[in-house]
Amino acid sequence: MSDVFLPSAEMAYSSPDAQGFFGPYGGTFVPETVVPALAELDEAFQTALADPGFVAEFGSLLQDYVGRPSPLYRADRLAAKVGLGRVYLKREDLNHTGAHKINNTIGQCLLARRMGKHRVIAETGAGQHGVATATAAALMGMECSIFMGTEDIRRQSLNVYKMRLLGAEVVPVAEGTGTLADAVTAALRHWVERVGDTFYVLGSAVGPHPYPMIVREFQKVIGEETLVQLQGREERLPDAVIACIGGGSNAIGMFYPFLRDVPADKRPLLIGAEAAGLGIETDKHGAALTKGVPGVLHGFYSYLLQDDAGNPLEAYSISAGLDYPGVGPEHSYLKDEGLVRYEAVTDTEALAAFALLTQTEGIIPAIESSHALALLPRLAPELGPDAVVVVNVSGRGDKDMDIVREAGLGAE
Amino acid sequence: MPSDPGRTEATGLGRGFPADRAALVVYLMAGYPDRATSLESLRAAARSGADVIELGVPYGNPLADGPVIAEAAAVAREAGFGLAESIDLAAEFIAGAGAGAPPVALMTYLNPLMRMGPPRAAAAMREAGIAGVIVPDMPPEAARPWLAAASGIDTVFLVAPTSTPGRLATVGAAASGFVYCVSTTGVTGERSELPAELDALVRKVRARTTLPVAVGFGISEPAQASAVARIADGVVVGSAVVRRQEDPDAVGEFVGWLAAAVRSART
Repeated sequence: MSDVFLPSAEMAYSSPDAQGFFGPYGGTFVPETVVPALAELDEAFQTALADPGFVAEFGSLLQDYVGRPSPLYRADRLAAKVGLGRVYLKREDLNHTGAHKINNTIGQCLLARRMGKHRVIAETGAGQHGVATATAAALMGMECSIFMGTEDIRRQSLNVYKMRLLGAEVVPVAEGTGTLADAVTAALRHWVERVGDTFYVLGSAVGPHPYPMIVREFQKVIGEETLVQLQGREERLPDAVIACIGGGSNAIGMFYPFLRDVPADKRPLLIGAEAAGLGIETDKHGAALTKGVPGVLHGFYSYLLQDDAGNPLEAYSISAGLDYPGVGPEHSYLKDEGLVRYEAVTDTEALAAFALLTQTEGIIPAIESSHALALLPRLAPELGPDAVVVVNVSGRGDKDMDIVREAGLGAE
Repeated sequence: MPSDPGRTEATGLGRGFPADRAALVVYLMAGYPDRATSLESLRAAARSGADVIELGVPYGNPLADGPVIAEAAAVAREAGFGLAESIDLAAEFIAGAGAGAPPVALMTYLNPLMRMGPPRAAAAMREAGIAGVIVPDMPPEAARPWLAAASGIDTVFLVAPTSTPGRLATVGAAASGFVYCVSTTGVTGERSELPAELDALVRKVRARTTLPVAVGFGISEPAQASAVARIADGVVVGSAVVRRQEDPDAVGEFVGWLAAAVRSART
């Protein structure tokens, strides 16, 4: 086993601080009503992590219920097509319920149960987090309500049906644009009202402290497995690791072990792909890191798409999982520190990557994950024909059939 | 009820709290349904017996607000109303109201303050004569950038039924002007009944601050205002006023009823 894969002696990376700040980003900017609940959550989380019983139960559910470890698949036909040496796909799409979201919902529902809460709520955009929360709630016998924008309900009707089958209530959110940001707001408002008996299962690495840290903890298995799975297959660490960014949970789950365990001089280029929608020169995109200005939304300080008066702007993407005007605070920190590079990918580029992976490898990726895949051809000239690249395929594309059909893919 | 001499100040929000009865704090949405009408409503509320004016700044993600205030904010925002325009509106109201008029607190979410920049926002507020701010998504721990710029402006913090004794002390120590006691968990909006535990909550808050304690969220009619006026130093009425804001005369009439209820509560 090559020692480049082992954790470095010096701690390379350790954010956030005790108040939940990653550099200037993060924090707890919420109504007083939920401040005590967040403190209680932080304490329960720390206690749970120190409890071997909790850690063992989480690990066992990830293995036997979620189906982990997810494979790291070497996609040779794809690599040849895009002009790279080797491309590895981290197959989060093969998880139970079809995306990385289940890692976090299992962890948070275990935490909810431990805290004596029998009712969980969640927001959802594409519906993947909603399905994953409804699934974990069914597994643990909890009451479950999912807040979902009316536009997303229209775009993702199959997932709405799945959530209802699983026993969850789907609460339509008609405010604003009826998309992810509105669903988060509605869920937060509801949590403020029912904070006594309700656990909020937040789906991405966003929100007030300690949520970004909790989500990272439950998703870091993605990057940890990847590091182990590369052993014996590659002589060296990959040249680049790519993940898509909406709020940023699959990306931080993949990147965090590389930041924590790999010394800076050996660390791959880490690249996040955010949604450029119709183009970052238009006002129809979700590229908070590329085009945003730091501000507060949904309880945390981070890059944010906002107008001159400080109102959040509507984000747009073909992908219901990436059309969020903010981004997880740790990503804002990683951008400023130059530890991760962030690039924006248009709807058109994502659709092309969707088609490419489907046709060269027989793997149908989520339209979100297709944003990460779209960086492969873009990066090939920079990285060269011998480069080794890992892409996190955060979810599968079954839910996106209507969208890609509307976009004209697969037409005769 | 013991009156605390440290509680009322010659300037700032404290001067809106009389020593011998509860204050009526009236919330209005700036720029709703338009600038001129909201200015008329401000004047009507002041004439009709409001002791403190809470002027809401329209914002696109009003996390702590129920549908009435959220929808009024959306209408005002549509016409381009934000923090700068709200400060300007307050300045015109204050300049025209003269001495003895109710002090004005701006209720704004944090991001408009951050976007303008706390030093610039605070300077504009001082220039306008605004006495204080209430920022519902800024707990004391998150207030350092604002407080560093806010000299001369009271910063009201909120306590809630979920606040622990430790947090009541933290908030009580950080606040100036008054302490805003949220009557119930949840968002702003009219409720038919106030929680039975409200009395105990107000007592707990009172024990940990020398500032006046005003109760808000859910108070929608004069009888409730009167009940709250018997236990607290201030009564905040928001959604029930905003609902009438299309007609300044209706605002004046309603505030008059509330003022009468508050004034007669302890007699």
